[in-house]
This record gives sequence, C-alpha cells and structure tokens, in this order.
Amino acid sequence: MSNTAIDVRDLSKKYGDRLAVSHANFAVPMGSICGFVGPNGSGKTTTIRMLLGLISPSTGDGHVLGEDISAPEKYLPHVGAMIEGPAFYPALTGKQNLVVLAKLGGFNTDIVQALLEKVGLGDRGDSKYKTYSLGMKQRLGIAASLLPQPKLLILDEPTNGLDPAGIQEVRALLRQLADEGSTIFVSSHLLSELEMICDHLVMLREGKVIFTGKTSELLAAQQPVVVAKPEHMNDLNKLAEIAKSLGHQASVLDDAVHVKGEKNFAAELNKAAFAAGITLASLAPIQASLEETFFEMTGEQ
Amino acid sequence: MFKVMWAELVKLRRPSLSLSTMAAVTFITGLITSLLYLLVDSPTGNAREGARISREVLQLPSGLSLSFSNAAGLLGIVALCVFAAQTAQEYTYGTLRNLLVRQPSRMKILFGKLGAMKLFAIVMVTLSAILGFTLSYILAGVKDVSTAAWGTSDAKADVLRTFINVLISTIGFGIFGMILGLLFRSPISAISIGVIWNLIVEGLLSVFVKSLSKYFPGQLLSVVAQGGTKDISYKYALFTSYGILLSGLAIVAFLFKRRDVSN
Repeated sequence: MSNTAIDVRDLSKKYGDRLAVSHANFAVPMGSICGFVGPNGSGKTTTIRMLLGLISPSTGDGHVLGEDISAPEKYLPHVGAMIEGPAFYPALTGKQNLVVLAKLGGFNTDIVQALLEKVGLGDRGDSKYKTYSLGMKQRLGIAASLLPQPKLLILDEPTNGLDPAGIQEVRALLRQLADEGSTIFVSSHLLSELEMICDHLVMLREGKVIFTGKTSELLAAQQPVVVAKPEHMNDLNKLAEIAKSLGHQASVLDDAVHVKGEKNFAAELNKAAFAAGITLASLAPIQASLEETFFEMTGEQ
Repeated sequence: MFKVMWAELVKLRRPSLSLSTMAAVTFITGLITSLLYLLVDSPTGNAREGARISREVLQLPSGLSLSFSNAAGLLGIVALCVFAAQTAQEYTYGTLRNLLVRQPSRMKILFGKLGAMKLFAIVMVTLSAILGFTLSYILAGVKDVSTAAWGTSDAKADVLRTFINVLISTIGFGIFGMILGLLFRSPISAISIGVIWNLIVEGLLSVFVKSLSKYFPGQLLSVVAQGGTKDISYKYALFTSYGILLSGLAIVAFLFKRRDVSN
C-alpha cells in the first residue's frame, strides 16, 4: 500500500487556450489533514474534479489511494467528497437524499440516521432539503461525504455558510476523522481554520502549485514580523521611514507599522524610535500567519 | 446498474412527482374515454383528429381497449416530460457530480436511470389501462354500448396486445425525453422542445406533407400504440421509431460518457 493518499504528476487541464491547472505536482501523505489553498480561479476545484474522475486531465497522471485516476471506480468506493458546495434534490428530505446516495454506492442505509446525528441534523432529517438553511445544506453535504466511511475525504469549502459554532464543529469532526485514520484533503478560504488543523498544505496560484509540504515548514520559512504601534497615530509614517532607513521592509497596516525582521530587531527599532522622539505604545515580534503568507505568496490582497 | 435503479426509484416515488404524474394520467385517460363514449353519436367525431368511432366499432372485442389506445399519445407526452426532467435535473441541481462520485460508471448511471423510468412508465400505463377499462364499462352502460364481446378471448388478447403496444410507445416517448434531457441539460428546455416538436412541429408538418409522418418518431410511436394504421404498418412504425430513438440514445450516451462534468 502506497503511503500517499493522493499523488499527482505533471497534471494539467486545458480549456481552449486557458490552462486551468498547469503541470501540478504534489502528494498528500496518508493519514494527514492537507489544506488546498489558492485564490478564486486558481484551479482548486478543477484539480479536485480530476481526482474524482469528473473531468479528464489534458496531460499528466495521478493516483488516489494507490489507483490511477483514469480508473476512478477502483478508489471512489473509499472516497468521500463534497465538491463546490452541497447539491441535493430539493423535493426530497435530507434523509431521502442520503438514502439515494447510499443505495447508489451500495452502502448500508442504516447508517444514514447516525450520520445525520453526527453532523447535527438528527432532528431535521425528515425535512425537505429545500427548507434547509445554507449551513444545514453544508452539513448534509458533509454527511453525504461520510457515507462510504472514507479512507480519503475530499472537501471543497466545507465551512461555507456555517456559523462560528458550526465551523468549530466541522474542525472537531475533521480532527476526529483524521484520528480514526482517514486522510483529509480540504480546500477553504478560511486560512486561519486551515492553519489550525492542517499538517500539510498545497498552495495553488494561476493553476500552478507554488508550495507543497508541511504547514510548519511553510510558516517557519517566512520572515518574522515586528509590529510597532506608536502612541500617536500621526507618527505612523515617520516610524515606517525609520524602519526602512535601518534596512528593513516596512508598511503601515491599520494602526501599526509592520516591519520584516527577526525578534532582536525589535530592540533596535525601539531605540531608533525613541531617538526620533516617538513613543511606542506596543512593540511585538510575531510569526507570519498562514493568511499573511498566502497573500505574500499569491500576490492577493 | 440495479443500485442505480433502486436509487432512482427513491426519487421517482416522491409524492410531488408520482402523485402529479398519476393525476395527469387519470385526467388524460378519463377525458379521452369520456369523449369517446359521450360523443359517440356526435357527427363531429369522438376521437383523434375528428375521427368517428361508432357504437358498432366500440361493441367489437377490440372496443374495450380503444379508449386506452387513444390516450397513448398523451401518455407518451407525460412520459417524455418525466424522463426529460429526471435526466436534465441532475445538471440543473448539480447532483450529477454526487451520482458520479458514488457510481463512476456513466453507462450504469444512464441505463440504471432508464430502467427505473421504464418501471415508472409501466405503472403509468397500467393505471391508465385500469382506468380506461373501468370507465369504458361504466360509460358503455350509459350510452347503450353492448359489452357482450368484451369478455371473449379475442377481447382479452386485444387488451394484452394494446397494453404492450401502448407501453412500447410510452417508453419510446420517454427515451425521446431522455435524449433531449441529456442534450439540453435543462428540464425546461428539454420539455418545451420535446412537447413543441411532438405536438406542433410533427403534427403540422404531417398535415401538410402526409408522407413525412413515416419518418417522425412521435407520429410513428402513436402508430405503434394503435397497432398500425392503414397507411403505416405496425412493424415499420416499431422498427423505424426505435431505430431513430436508439441511434439518438447511442449518440447522447457517447456524449454523456465523454463530457466533462464541470457544473
């Protein structure tokens, strides 16, 4: 058995002249929670569709659970997926929608109620899907993805439309599934969420993979930032100029100056600010978050 | 394929679809049968396109199934709408991707769906037959139509033959709807084009150029339901209509297998 749940090599998808995914190479280790991030239109959903056999790659190949993606029938019985949000039959109840998919996949329909309970829809299973809120639809989508008791779970924006409590529940659920041995490949725009749960990341920009590896490695490679807040707001630009004159990149963000530099630069900046007559209200070295790293790497803002 | 059929039956059983379809079947059969008997003495006719079916014809062993076979064209339109909607809605709801993740064989999806819809068509036609025969007995009493010949073995054989022909015709219309559903990927487009084509385009063109009805699938399926006409033989209608439909189905099945699912 391969130790990678997903392994793609030189995978591309072309629509006319546009390369939606360009020579992607990445691997998702078995048992990991891997975040799949990139700006809108960067090729995340196209990649996921190729992995699920919904669209065929223009070039390249890939393996899911050790099987070639050209033969999805070999691995899809062990894969749960929610692609581009939930999609169900509005006139059927939540339970009936799951029964349709369970019968289709040859799964035991007895687990449907338990799955509804698991995602917090235990008491709404008999309501029609069209009466569900966005958050409930999302939960039903997650329940559907759990039908095969998956070895690999592929989720595209699973927290869309969920309230903070719902997001927290999904996070806990993903952790629980990973603890039970499932591999999770999840795309989300909530980078702070991904930072909390993902041990691996694949980052896309304009169809190209710009990072693949451990989340900790990505964040450690980022230069720390010193955040300085002057006592008086009209000193912001002057403080930024002082940091620049000391040979560092600095920018004003909200009510603080963000300066790229190691921890010990904080003391140097403090002295220089004092010498220039600026009193600092706060001064803290911080590690760049995934969100900041993402913006820097993708050029998004 | 059977897994797909069972899954599809869950969708087909939903009350909003099954009850409204059965209500439509009841209305159509009731209307056609009522017109056939209540207007039996009308000089303006009591059947399709102003045709007149006399009391003497209704009293024949084949009279019992006449109301049912007359309703076949409209039953076919109902089947066309159901098959088209059930196929195209997978695209509009975006549910096709769920189906394909759970059953990656697209041919199994397609033919499993077709199998389930055929079962639905059997229920439709059976309901129409029961209603048509029951109403025929009731209205025959009202309009002094003798039913003596309806219990003979000839009548029973005719009932069975008509049932099979109407079923073949209804399923044919359904396959036509499925082809349109796969082509247009929108229930509204598929249904409107299917209904307009069958009720207006084929109907009008056949009136102006009579020989064209030998090549129109809808017209030919109506001939199949009637067991043949004096202009078009049953065998010709059956083989030509199904030849056209199965060729169309093969083309859309090929497209369905090859097309990316990107919605």
